[in-house]
Amino acid sequence: MYTTELDKNAARQAPALSLEDSELLAAFEARVANDEFIEPKDWMPEAYRRTLTRQISQHAHSEIVGMLPEGNWLTRAPSLSRKAILLAKIQDEGGHGLYLYCAAETLGTSREEMIDALHQGKAKYSTIFNYPSLNWADIGAIGWLVDGAAIMNQVPLQRTSYGPYARAMIRVCKEESFHQRQGYDLLLAMVNGTPAQKAMAQDALNRWWWPSIMMFGPPDDNSPNSAQSIRWRIKRETNDELRQKFVDATVPQAELLGLTVPDPDLKWNEERGHYDFGDINWEEFYAVVRGEGPVAKERMKARRKAWDEGAWVRAAADAHEAKQSRKRAAA
Amino acid sequence: MSKDWPLWEVFVRARGGLDHRHAGSVHAPDAQLALRHARDTYTRRLEGVSLWVVKSTDIIASDPAHAEEMFEPAADKVYRHPTFYDLPDAVKHM
Repeated sequence: MYTTELDKNAARQAPALSLEDSELLAAFEARVANDEFIEPKDWMPEAYRRTLTRQISQHAHSEIVGMLPEGNWLTRAPSLSRKAILLAKIQDEGGHGLYLYCAAETLGTSREEMIDALHQGKAKYSTIFNYPSLNWADIGAIGWLVDGAAIMNQVPLQRTSYGPYARAMIRVCKEESFHQRQGYDLLLAMVNGTPAQKAMAQDALNRWWWPSIMMFGPPDDNSPNSAQSIRWRIKRETNDELRQKFVDATVPQAELLGLTVPDPDLKWNEERGHYDFGDINWEEFYAVVRGEGPVAKERMKARRKAWDEGAWVRAAADAHEAKQSRKRAAA
Repeated sequence: MSKDWPLWEVFVRARGGLDHRHAGSVHAPDAQLALRHARDTYTRRLEGVSLWVVKSTDIIASDPAHAEEMFEPAADKVYRHPTFYDLPDAVKHM
């Protein structure tokens, strides 16, 4: 799964630099421009640290919240095999969240602070998870489109300039391909099933297509941090470049399924060598970013419930540890 | 609000004969749970046959800001490399 830079103003204030800092900054910029990796104990500008902390923690939150729309279907999977696959995928998403929280923690923010920010509604996560998963074909569409979009974004992040983030992305990308393929496989089974099953697959595509291509974030001319993030090699490609790549890769896959992409303006442009596609409803995107997504409240409620109901397990583990250390001390 | 459990660094041996390699980290209250979390987090696809966990605070790291003086002494000792020695062709395979 994936998130994009959602909080547009946070990285903009540039504090005054001392002479020493400006020398360090110049050395830092040179290292990054030279494609060197920055590691946790290296000097880095505060804005770089802030931007990355925000981006990686949002990415981690997205993985964790991303378990919810799929978890919704676990007990209703149509076969044991599909259930086992879905369970494994959801477990992976949890794992991806953990890799990413660890990477974010190396920048000096604790896990506790990040999780509290999420639960208090102060942190963002990918807009895509605030849409409901209404039928079983949605599980296929999420794997194919949502994870597909995530892969498109995460592949270049494997070379992002911050070492721990890049290493987490390598691990994530290795596992993500299974997510997309199982989704496509699920949809293949449905389009080759009864007419009603095929209609469910089309319905899922109709609802997930636009939110998926919005996942790449605002258009480049309204993405003020992009230039800075690209200069610092946090990002390697712009939102619009990645979005175009995704559309180009995905449209033929929809055709192979015999499904119609819900965009009347979608057309191959011979001259550009890319698909042209219709205007994106950015009002909807910004509304979802503001927390007005169809199931935003339910998602946070479910997340907090899981956290609160797991509290006794954490308390028991603490009590066990305390007892063991008392025993060790007494021995 | 809760308190974070201590952080543990995880090292995985991919198969017999290889070194344990750093894979990432986990939070856990004690070593046994750290091992279990490490298994679930880093070996879901048979990535390992053995795990080490070490409390992160027990790792002593060199300071990257002093990397130059730390590692520079090796830079002018090219004679430590076999290619420094130009031997007659008659000496084969040495």
